[in-house]
Amino acid sequence: MQGSNAGLSLAHGKGHERRREPVRPSARRLSTLLFFRPRLVLLILLAPPLLWLGGIYLGSLFALLLQSFFSLDDYTGQVVRSFTLRTYGELLSAANLDIVFRTATMAASVTVAAALVAFPIAYYMARHASGGTKALLYLGVMLPLWSSYLVRLYAWKMILAKEGILNWFVVELHLGWLLDAVLATPVVGGPSLSTSYLGMFIVFLYMWLPYMILPIQAALERVPPSLLEASGDLGGRPRHTFRHVTLPLALPGVVAGSIFTFSLTLGDYIIPGIIGQSSFFIGQAVLSHQGTAGNIPLAAAFSVVPMLIMAVYLTLARRMGAFHAL
Amino acid sequence: MSGPVSVAVQFMAVSRHFEVVRAVDGVSFEIFDGEFFSMLGPSGSGKTTCLRLIAGFDRPTAGRILLHSVDSAGIPPYDRDVNTVFQDYALFPHMTVGDNVGYGLMIRRVPRRERRRRILEMLGLVKLADLIDRRPAQLSGGQRQRVALARALINRPRVLLLDEPLGALDLKLREQMQVELKALQKQVGITFVYVTHDQEEALNMSDRVAVFNQGRLEQIGTPAEIYEHPASPFVADFVGICNVLSADAAEAITGSRGAVLIRPEKIALREPDAVVLEDECSADGRIRDVVYLGATSRYVVELARGGQLTVLRQNMDDAHKTAAAGLGQAVRLLWKRRHAQPLVAGT
Repeated sequence: MQGSNAGLSLAHGKGHERRREPVRPSARRLSTLLFFRPRLVLLILLAPPLLWLGGIYLGSLFALLLQSFFSLDDYTGQVVRSFTLRTYGELLSAANLDIVFRTATMAASVTVAAALVAFPIAYYMARHASGGTKALLYLGVMLPLWSSYLVRLYAWKMILAKEGILNWFVVELHLGWLLDAVLATPVVGGPSLSTSYLGMFIVFLYMWLPYMILPIQAALERVPPSLLEASGDLGGRPRHTFRHVTLPLALPGVVAGSIFTFSLTLGDYIIPGIIGQSSFFIGQAVLSHQGTAGNIPLAAAFSVVPMLIMAVYLTLARRMGAFHAL
Repeated sequence: MSGPVSVAVQFMAVSRHFEVVRAVDGVSFEIFDGEFFSMLGPSGSGKTTCLRLIAGFDRPTAGRILLHSVDSAGIPPYDRDVNTVFQDYALFPHMTVGDNVGYGLMIRRVPRRERRRRILEMLGLVKLADLIDRRPAQLSGGQRQRVALARALINRPRVLLLDEPLGALDLKLREQMQVELKALQKQVGITFVYVTHDQEEALNMSDRVAVFNQGRLEQIGTPAEIYEHPASPFVADFVGICNVLSADAAEAITGSRGAVLIRPEKIALREPDAVVLEDECSADGRIRDVVYLGATSRYVVELARGGQLTVLRQNMDDAHKTAAAGLGQAVRLLWKRRHAQPLVAGT
């Protein structure tokens, strides 16, 4: 009977049922070699991406850094390849510092706002949604990323414009005066939402929100429910549990998300161009300096600024214990 | 000790249903102040659910639970004078051992100096004082377990709940912890409610044991009562090995009516011509199987009349050397008549 045969064949290898393909001895030797040398396997797997990272990415970063120590001869318009700190001196001029400050402030506000908006969403996704709802939420968070950045950007421009749907909606609710008052705020306001810092802020927030939601959600999901129960058992009310257990354990996720929002905002040059006014952001400065002006050193110097800001930010975060839970 | 003992926890017809599943089904019992009370049963028997109901992580579908004569309905876990030692210890990974242990005190805003003193005192009690600044990830399983214990006890709860706390430890460590827990309970004097599926553990440590099966309470009593006088076939079988002689066999051998239960250590293994005393019953048979267990040996004897009995025997002399040779040997089994317990069918 088939059944008893199958039982017997366990002892003799699959002799009865199907013919085994003959394994080439060289392949067998190779797989045995790899089995006993896991480090070799690791090396083989890591070599291509490490070459990419080392060679192309780090190499180009290094080349950029190098450029920032050169300078541009104003008279000839050529790059002088000798070590000098003059370019960095140029960077520290009032106008350029203004650009840096403007960009950093926008990045910081977007980061804070994104963390505040993303946290409840991520919390719900991690702790309360299940099955179909969760899948739907994942889809909702990721769906915008499937479409082109420019499409989303121009969609928002249309939404925020004076002739756009947001304005129409506000006027319908007879709150037009409120919108005008907001737009009249110095600095952040402007002629319309689609040409003001406020509008830029809204668009930045929208663009980077998925990158903030997902790391926080991942961090929250890793918190075992028994930890929350333990906190309650020891006398912690829900707000204590949140402050002492949930938040510290979610903090690495928030920091991970903030790296995205911070650095993406620091380097962006499209949104400020479309939604902004004439004042430059770092990204636009880099673009303009390396373009027609040919001032590669200054462009490189500008590019170094976001890297420095991120390095300082991460050091501060680490010192404040954001990575304790890792 | 004299005087009436107060009731720490009282279950009154408590049920907990999850849709169709009856995790706990109409359970009523009392836990007395200061006793070591175990809830014993297989997986899914409802014992852990009962523990969670006492802690307040779950609410009963029906019935009431009184904690020191106060109805616990509507009282959240953080307002109950009850603390739990979780099965996975649930230590906060981002805090040191000291901060973990002092968590309850920190929540209650106990001043730092006082907190430190009590943390050191508690860690001294569980012999981990020098690990106060370590992280849970750097501790072994046994050490984590003791931190969890200290963290719960520092709040001086009136009832301590332990959810299979020794499950993850190896045998030697488990036995050592059993002794330590028992001593700790006596020393601290509070009520311990202990959940386990290991019947040896329950018999070893408890003042009283409650045996659960499929959401129902099968029997409650002292370890001796549970073992010597099981109230149902389930309890007889779950706690220790049990020999059940069917009604016919029992009638033929012992002359009693109805099925009987005999514990394997109560049966003596003798030569086929051994003398049967007045108060003894006997059955003849052959040894079918021998299992050497170190201190004891377990024999399965096939009875001449049909059926079999398991006999547990101390390896007093070099019996184990001749054990294997004993296979197939004809023997006479003897036991005291009073040790053959009538089996109460079903509960």
